Amino acid sequence: MVKLTINEIAVEAPPGMLLIDAAKLAGIEIPAFCYYEGMALQAACRMCLVEIEKAPKLMAACVVPVAEGMVVRTEAPAVVKARKTTLEFLLTNHPLDCPVCDKGGECELQDMVFKYGVGESRYTEEKVHVPEKQWSPVVFYDGPRCILCYRCVRVCGEGMGVGALGVVNRGINSEIAPSHGDHLECDECGACIDICPVGALTSGAYRYKTRPWEMEHTGTICTHCSNGCKTTLGVRTNEIVRGNNRDRSGINGEFLCVKGRYAFDFNHHTERLQTPLMRVNGKLEEVSWSRALQAVVEKFKAGGKAGVIGSTRISNEEAYLLQKFARTTLHTNNIDHHRSGDVVTLLDSLSGKSATLGTADDCYNAKAVLIIGADLSQQQPFLANQIRANYRHHNAAVYVATTGVVREDKIAKSSVRNTETDWLTGLHSMREKLATEPELLVLFGDAVKGEGVRNLVAFTESLGIPVKYICLVDYANSRGAMDMGLLPDLGPGYHAAEGTPGLTLPEMMAATDMDLLWVVGANPLKRHKFASEKAFVVVHDMFLTETAQRADVVLPAASAYEKNGTVTNVCGQVQRLKKAVETVGSKTDLTIIGLIARAMGVNLGKVDADAVFAEIQKTVRGYNVPLPVIVTGGAAQTMPVNGRVPSTVLPELIQSSRDTLFTTGSLTKYSKILNDVMEAPGGLYR
Amino acid sequence: MTFSPGLEARFADLLTHYPEGRHRGALIPMLMYAQDEVGAVTPDLMAELAARLGISVLQVDEVVGYYSMLHKKPQGKYHVQICTNVACMLLGGAELYEQACTRLGVGHKQTQASGRFSLEEVECIGACSWAPAIQVNYDFHHDVTPAKLDEILEGLQ
Repeated sequence: MVKLTINEIAVEAPPGMLLIDAAKLAGIEIPAFCYYEGMALQAACRMCLVEIEKAPKLMAACVVPVAEGMVVRTEAPAVVKARKTTLEFLLTNHPLDCPVCDKGGECELQDMVFKYGVGESRYTEEKVHVPEKQWSPVVFYDGPRCILCYRCVRVCGEGMGVGALGVVNRGINSEIAPSHGDHLECDECGACIDICPVGALTSGAYRYKTRPWEMEHTGTICTHCSNGCKTTLGVRTNEIVRGNNRDRSGINGEFLCVKGRYAFDFNHHTERLQTPLMRVNGKLEEVSWSRALQAVVEKFKAGGKAGVIGSTRISNEEAYLLQKFARTTLHTNNIDHHRSGDVVTLLDSLSGKSATLGTADDCYNAKAVLIIGADLSQQQPFLANQIRANYRHHNAAVYVATTGVVREDKIAKSSVRNTETDWLTGLHSMREKLATEPELLVLFGDAVKGEGVRNLVAFTESLGIPVKYICLVDYANSRGAMDMGLLPDLGPGYHAAEGTPGLTLPEMMAATDMDLLWVVGANPLKRHKFASEKAFVVVHDMFLTETAQRADVVLPAASAYEKNGTVTNVCGQVQRLKKAVETVGSKTDLTIIGLIARAMGVNLGKVDADAVFAEIQKTVRGYNVPLPVIVTGGAAQTMPVNGRVPSTVLPELIQSSRDTLFTTGSLTKYSKILNDVMEAPGGLYR
Repeated sequence: MTFSPGLEARFADLLTHYPEGRHRGALIPMLMYAQDEVGAVTPDLMAELAARLGISVLQVDEVVGYYSMLHKKPQGKYHVQICTNVACMLLGGAELYEQACTRLGVGHKQTQASGRFSLEEVECIGACSWAPAIQVNYDFHHDVTPAKLDEILEGLQ
């Protein structure tokens, strides 16, 4: 450890640590705009100047590493004066339009001026004004407010691997410029807006909607892809106006893609269902909850051949209760959901092996990463970001085996192109290199399933190095749906379901003799034709989807942002959903299942999210996780199953929807932002 | 985009001066040489050099916008640059600039309709010891007087 003195306080810091970070260790704040943890050093803003004994002039603490015996003063008169001058300089052209600026109240420049600045400016020249520009549906740039800290340029280039922002011109005319002349072609992730210390970059979704202090904030889990990013929803008068994660809570730190940051807009779509619908004389009519539930209960009691299809976005509690209700009350194993990754075979083939499941942290820390059959930056944006950061910070070796060009090629040690089915040949060609790695994290998409998973495990086992796996799946609770037993052959925790295995989703769709179909949050009729004309169809959904249009009763369901509960991400990490808003007339699927059970006189135990989760903890293999971790907003890793999984289902059923950055299954249609962005996703790599 | 064999040879030689993986360092000289041949830093030229050096067009644009000797629009056959920074200003640089404006009939960063002359008021060109100084294309002229300026411009007709 290096010993130094900062403001007369003895500080010990590891060699190579930057002075600004060492001061932080000692509880001393050195102000800075351009310095940003995890990004390249810039030394552009001059805000972090400090006095170092024996140095001829003030030094920028963000680029000076600690040295033995260094004596530093962060509040010396010269430093205080320099800071004031820097702020005075930054304000020479910065408009004082704080009362109408989105950033007002949470602006770093405001805070710095408040803390360190002087109230008067000596600058009497006219400020240079340039009009605001819109670069994309979500990104606006107000040049005069920009303090040229380069944070946006770095987060886009280094962080996202996109490089859509730069600084053009010189001196007073310097400004941030987008990649394509007057507009951006990028991920539209909004990281540049998020990271901007001032109000220079503003968000199309949020601008002029509220003052920051008038929002209430709720940290919950994004309902789109399976990565499980925490998005902190800013809510004003029961409307979500902003999604970000500035407090870096959750596994994703401050990372969010376009979906987590903007695609909450489906929640307030005008087509949201707010009252139950029932088919009367062949047409869906609005009815009361009691009438709709009565009709459902009558049919549920009547029995017959029933099928249940759950969603990949409902909570663990809802999925658990749904299958429990189906198995114990409807007495059927005809339970399924839309499957997007072969977790089942992976767990089975890891039985008795030392290899384990990887986490989001592993993506950032593993010495080597192998990506098979997935366009990670499009389909799993946070995991892709972790891997980019791993490459940048730890020089991780990245291997890619995909059918087409992917963004990860740029950072790959080795990339091979393969066909949809034969990816194993490509792996063998990288074998020698892979075998020299100290450890390996393997991420694989839906191209690898069934026997393919076993071949993959055999291949990686033969490398003789420690291996971890992440089986990629599509949506926020795709993993939870499997863990909770929304499967015809497996119950919760991958135990064999009692009785004979039920029908799979396509089998239920194809059967002509179904009497009852209960679809909770899924939209199977988008892909399949439903053969049974006589079936009574009950659907819970937010919108009148293809499936809901065929229904006999449609119950308006709450979105993931309107409920409490837990979801399990692609890596098997359980996190908590917290209710941020509500839509009048809708109910959570948990409540609806509870109401149906009560009307039928069935005792499901206490139907609230906490009580059901307590039951899950006790009964679902792997879910005996520490509650405090989840309750405090953390991610608890579910313990992988170690034992054979008695699955009977054909892997051909597994089919990812291959969403891009700008699609999110059935919800795509209801997100204005996702429909407004114009990029062709594949074009983003060139 | 294609360049003359001479320029291509020059580019090829240039790239040997930079270590592997750092070829982007050759961007500024390449831009300057190419500008001389093409007449301006055109969008095509920027895209071509970006592709050759494995960087984005925006990164090229960042460099072009920063350096005043790189021009996106064609200059006159003779690009007259008059320094009005401190040393030159004290010794008559500002007056020389006014004189040039009147004589050439164009102002700062403007080009004559004929395309013969363009004019630019520039900051220090590193010739303070011989102020006032002017630069025409790559040629420096030191200790310039009003009479000498007339003579220089006359000689370039």
